[in-house]
Amino acid sequence: MKVREIKEFLGINILRSTIIISMVFLILFLLLIFIKGFSVLSLDFLLKAPKNGMTEGGIFPAIVGTFYLTMLSVIIAFPLGVLSAIFLVEFGKPKWFINIIRTAINTLAGVPSIVYGLFGLAVFVTLFNFKVSILSGALTLSILILPIIINSSEEAIKQVPYNFREAAYGLGASKRQVIIKIVIPAALPNILTGAILSVGRAAGETAPIMFTAATFFTRRLPKSIMNEVMAMPYHIYALMTEGSFPEKHVPIAYGTAIVLLMLVLGINLIAIIIRTKMRRNKKW
Amino acid sequence: MKDKMFKYITMLTAILSVVFLFGIIISIFTEGFSVFSKYGFFNFLFGTSWHPTHEPAEMGIFGLIVSSIVVTIGALIVALPLGVGSAIYLSEIANPKLREILKPFIELLASIPSVIYGLFGMAFLAPFIRKVFNLPIGLNAFSASIILGIMVIPIISSISEDAFSSVSKHLKEASYALGANKIETIFRVIFPSAKSGVLTGVLLGFGRAIGETMVVLMVAGGSTAMFKNIFQPVRPMTYAIAAEMGETVVGGMHYSALFGIAIILFIITFISNLLMQMIINKGSN
Repeated sequence: MKVREIKEFLGINILRSTIIISMVFLILFLLLIFIKGFSVLSLDFLLKAPKNGMTEGGIFPAIVGTFYLTMLSVIIAFPLGVLSAIFLVEFGKPKWFINIIRTAINTLAGVPSIVYGLFGLAVFVTLFNFKVSILSGALTLSILILPIIINSSEEAIKQVPYNFREAAYGLGASKRQVIIKIVIPAALPNILTGAILSVGRAAGETAPIMFTAATFFTRRLPKSIMNEVMAMPYHIYALMTEGSFPEKHVPIAYGTAIVLLMLVLGINLIAIIIRTKMRRNKKW
Repeated sequence: MKDKMFKYITMLTAILSVVFLFGIIISIFTEGFSVFSKYGFFNFLFGTSWHPTHEPAEMGIFGLIVSSIVVTIGALIVALPLGVGSAIYLSEIANPKLREILKPFIELLASIPSVIYGLFGMAFLAPFIRKVFNLPIGLNAFSASIILGIMVIPIISSISEDAFSSVSKHLKEASYALGANKIETIFRVIFPSAKSGVLTGVLLGFGRAIGETMVVLMVAGGSTAMFKNIFQPVRPMTYAIAAEMGETVVGGMHYSALFGIAIILFIITFISNLLMQMIINKGSN
C-alpha cells in the first residue's frame, strides 16, 4: 500500500513540475523580450521611419508593410476559404473527390513556410513577373493561410444545426438560398474567428516574404502593391543579422518584437474571447 | 440556374487547393530538376560536402539533412516530456479553474511568431549557453534545439491535451472503481487510449521543427562541417535555403540546388503529414 502512495505522490509531482517548467520557460521568454525592448518604445518608435543606418528612429514603414501584406492576403484567402468550406460541407459529393481535396488541404497545411517562400519566388516573383512586391508576398501568404480559413470555416458550418436547414427547405427555399441566407449568417461569428486567427499567422510569418516582398530598408512608404516593403518580422531578422551596430540594433529589434508580439497576441486574444463568448451564448 | 452556378463556383474554389498544392510541387520540382540531372539524385542526397560557391561546386546535402534531423530530435527531446506531461497535468490533475485559464494561454503561446523565438535565442540564450558551457560559439545545434523545443511545447501540449480530455469518462471511472489511484489510471488507462492523439501532436511538432526556418537561421550557427557534436554550429536544410537564396542567380545551379533541398524537405514533411492523417483517420473509424 505504501509503495503505491509514494508512486502516486511522485507521479503527480513530476507531472506538475513539467507544466511548471514549461510555463517558467515560456513566461521568462516573454518577460525578457518585454524587459529588453521596453526602453525603445515610444510614440515616435511607432510613427517615425528609421534613420542613421537603422540605429535611430522608429519602425513605421515596417508596421505599414505588415498591415498591407496581412490585409491583402486575408482579402484574397477569405472568400476562397469560405466558398471551399461551403462546398466541402454542403455539397460533399462525390466522396472520392472530397477526399482528394481534403488531402490537398491537409498537405498544404503541413508545407514548411520556407517552401511557400520558394514557390512564391519561382511563380509570383519570377514567372508572373510581379517582382519582389506586396502583391507577390500577399499571394504567397494567402495560400499559406488558406488551409486555416478552410478548416475553421468548415467547423463553423458543420456546427449549424440541421433543423435550421430543414426549416428553410420546408419554406420552399433552394439550397443556395439556404446556404447564403441561413447557414452562413449562423456560422459567421465562428468563420470570422478563423479569419482573425489567420491574420495573426500572416502577420508573424517571415520565411514566405523574405524573397517575395520584404526589403531591409526603404525610405518611402509603398505607393502601390507592386512596391517592395519593410515588414516587422523581417525587420527583426534583418536588424539582428545585417546590422553593423549591434549595440544599437538589438534594442530596436526587441522593441519591434514587442510591437509584433502585442499585435499577434492581441489578434489571437480577440479570437479566443469571441469563441468563448459564442460558446456561452449559444442559442442552439 | 443560379443554384447550379453557385454550386460550381464553390466547387471551383475548393479545387483551387489541389491546384495550389500541385503548383507548389511542380514549381519546386521544375526549378530543382537541373541539380538532380547534373549531379545525380543520390550524389546530391548523400554527398557529404556542401560548397555550392566553390569552383567546382560541391553539392551534397547529406550534412544539411543530418543537421536538420539533429536539431529536430533535440527539440523533441526538450518538448516531448514537457509538452505531454503538462497536457496530462492540465487534463487530469489540475483543477478546472486553472485549466480554464491555462488552456487558452497555451494556445496563445502557440501563436507567437518564430522570428521572436529566434531573436530571443540569438540575443539572449546563445551568449548564455556560451558562458555556461565555456564554448567558443553560442550559436550551435544545442541552442537551436532548446529554442525549437520551447517553441514546440505549446503545440504538442495543446494537441495532446485534446487527446487526453477526449478519453471517455466511463473508462476513467471504471478504473477508479477498480481501486486504481490517479497515477495508475493515467498511465494504464488514459495514456494508452489517448496514444494516437499524442502521436499526432508529436508528428505535428516534428513537422513544425524540421520545417522551421527563422529559429535555425538565427540560432544554429551555419557551419557546413559534418555534424560531430551537439555544441557545434550546424547548417540545417532550411538554414541553407534562407541564407543562400539571396546570393544565387535565378536559374543557376546553386539556385536549383536550393530548390532541390526544398524538394527533400517537402517530401519529409509530406510523409510525416500523411502518417498523421492515417493515424487520425484510424482513430475516427
